[in-house]
Amino acid sequence: MKSPVTVALVGNPNAGSSSLFSALTGVQVAIANYPRVTTELASQDVTHKGVALRIIDVPGIFSTSSRSPEELVGCDFIRRGEADIIVNVLDGGNLDRSLFLSSQLIETGRPRVTVLNMIDEVRKAGIRLDHAMLASALGSPVVETCALRKEGVEALLDAIVQVATNPPPQPMRLHYDQHLEGAIDRIQGHMVTLHGAMDGHRARWLAIKLLEGDEQLLRGEAEHAELIEEIKREQNSLTHEHDEDSAGLLAAARFAFSNGLLREVRHHDGDVSAGFNATRLLDDFFLNRTLGLPLLLGILWVMFQTTFSLGAIPTDWIKAGVELATTYVDGALPPGMFHDLVIDGVMAGVGGTIVFLPNIVILFFFMAILSGTGYIARASFLMDRVMHHFGLHGTTLIPMVAGFGCNVPAVMATRVITNKRARLIAMLIAPFMNCSARLPVYILFAGAFFADIAGTVVFAMYMASIGAAMLSAVVLNRIIPGSGGDAFVMELPPYRLPTLHSVLHHMWDSAQGFVAKVTGVILVGSVVIWFLQEFPRDIAYTQDFGAAIEEQEAQPDGPEKDKALKVLKSKQAQEKLEGSYLGRASIAVTPLFEPLGFTWRDSAAIMTGFVAKEVVVATYAVIFAQEEESDDLTEALRGAMAPATAIAFMIFTLLYAPCLSTIAIIGKESNSWRWAGFSVAYSMAFAWTMSLIVGSVSKLLL
Amino acid sequence: MTHQELDGIVTLADLLPSQEAEIVRIETDDTVFKRRMQSLGVVLGTRVSLHRSAPLGDPRIYTLMGYSLGLRNAEARQIRVRVK
Repeated sequence: MKSPVTVALVGNPNAGSSSLFSALTGVQVAIANYPRVTTELASQDVTHKGVALRIIDVPGIFSTSSRSPEELVGCDFIRRGEADIIVNVLDGGNLDRSLFLSSQLIETGRPRVTVLNMIDEVRKAGIRLDHAMLASALGSPVVETCALRKEGVEALLDAIVQVATNPPPQPMRLHYDQHLEGAIDRIQGHMVTLHGAMDGHRARWLAIKLLEGDEQLLRGEAEHAELIEEIKREQNSLTHEHDEDSAGLLAAARFAFSNGLLREVRHHDGDVSAGFNATRLLDDFFLNRTLGLPLLLGILWVMFQTTFSLGAIPTDWIKAGVELATTYVDGALPPGMFHDLVIDGVMAGVGGTIVFLPNIVILFFFMAILSGTGYIARASFLMDRVMHHFGLHGTTLIPMVAGFGCNVPAVMATRVITNKRARLIAMLIAPFMNCSARLPVYILFAGAFFADIAGTVVFAMYMASIGAAMLSAVVLNRIIPGSGGDAFVMELPPYRLPTLHSVLHHMWDSAQGFVAKVTGVILVGSVVIWFLQEFPRDIAYTQDFGAAIEEQEAQPDGPEKDKALKVLKSKQAQEKLEGSYLGRASIAVTPLFEPLGFTWRDSAAIMTGFVAKEVVVATYAVIFAQEEESDDLTEALRGAMAPATAIAFMIFTLLYAPCLSTIAIIGKESNSWRWAGFSVAYSMAFAWTMSLIVGSVSKLLL
Repeated sequence: MTHQELDGIVTLADLLPSQEAEIVRIETDDTVFKRRMQSLGVVLGTRVSLHRSAPLGDPRIYTLMGYSLGLRNAEARQIRVRVK
């Protein structure tokens, strides 16, 4: 026996392979209730009863001969024949469709274990399955599991070890009608004469795949012109005889096999459609022809409103904690440069950003609910027609919604889109989706300028982000050569209740990610920004502030004196900042932003935000901490900017250049740095234009 | 009325909410799409019915083999069915 034994979890998209992978290995991977969440192989070694197993989670496939790019990873894995044991994960409530893949997996000749997953749903629907008969028909042990509740995991591991130690002596064989069998036989015979002695099952499997028209395997045989000729001849004669191509005939035969099998093994007790009805009822509501779209908007509004208002409570606690810590450190450190660096740099920057942690966690709570219940699939169904108008595809909604979390996985999620050009467009509009890094900027600005309707303003920013993505899709559809969209083919899973564990995991993950960012890039960023605004120190002031302040200090105490001192100090700080490296660099680019009403402070925030957009807030925090006009960032901001400019700035933040990680992933996924560069240039131009328009309109209205 | 309509053969997109039909064939040159449909159970003899339509009538959800499949009308028009 090989060690470790490679065990591949193979099933239809959304059959629960990834949940099962997590249950088997204890490694948490992304799980949701919509198809194609998993796009890459995941692997983890475990030991059960002394047998070393390498468990591999294979991205979901409907067929081993699929040619859709989103199924390539899974199909290639099967084709390579690397799995010692295939664990065929079936959605117990969807056997009619899932057994098609099983029939193909049988033909690989690999030892298999069949898993009936989501067995709780099957039982609830009053369905009994005859295991013994199913096992003998499929030629593999059958195990029931409910992966989300970790039920049946031990039994499955036992079965895997059992098959690993005692592989079945004779692989199963499916029988087709005489025409197909004849064609398979002749191709198989030809192969054996060409390649010499071959394992019988492998030869039959190859013959079936070639007859089916598996492009990759056909290319492998391209040198054998005669064989290719023979295959074509067989395909043509089958098509001629049955008015259907060979792949269609094989598919129909496979479904006939599964239909026949299910008639034997599946028994209904009592109410047949109980489980189906709950979903039907919910869909009557959520997919209602008049209510559906308003409901979608309403759900999003509630989501962002709650993210803002509910988040404000723990945010206040964190704020108080940060103030307390700052006061303590302020007293503990001796005055000097290090004191200033810690207080005005690190504490201001990190403290000013960490307060948004509750908002981010709440946002991810909602995302977990939306993706876990199956509503996301409905949303893309509802939006497909609207998106089609913009040259987009309903399934583009999935990467777009993922973009609300972070643009990097959003760009990766565009793999659900089959058409290359459509995928490129989706990739280029993904950065316009409001990632959670931008949320702090909106919450800060909305809270400062539009406190009464802050939740709605945040919601409006998300709507603007969708609008920007749509508008860009139209523009890009004109710019990028070529044509062709993608078929909207989407399976709508039944509604499911996400487990508490998976929701909490989602929130915990986002919290960890955010804290890591704050203690990483934000911390470093704040330190760098502090140095840039502190140096050089030999600034030519317009007056001798030191002397002027001393002169004022000598005056008798009173409100007059305090006011004069404050003005002097603030003026000094202002001139110092403007003379610093940060100030000079920002002032140099400010003419570019002047039409938008931005000052050098805003330019500084924009430039530093290139690294990551959370740094925008940190930059303001560091600058205002230096100016010491007000202790509160919100107040300081209100004093420095008009509401219309604030709107323009939010729009600019939304649209301008994706962060460094997103630029990198666009380069990688599009296989071209030109497109990554294009993305930066395009988004800058787009941000500038939109910000000018929105800012000017706001000025007229406000 | 064409010969096919007399036989009760229409496209999937023509299916009315109350009707049940059986798949006859997929008429397209796009083999990727065709294979995809076949692996989803759109093969000769599969029973299919219209489950519901999106707010603007497109795409639509069909029920087949006990699950729900969303398809645009443009794609559904490439699938021939026989109304029962």
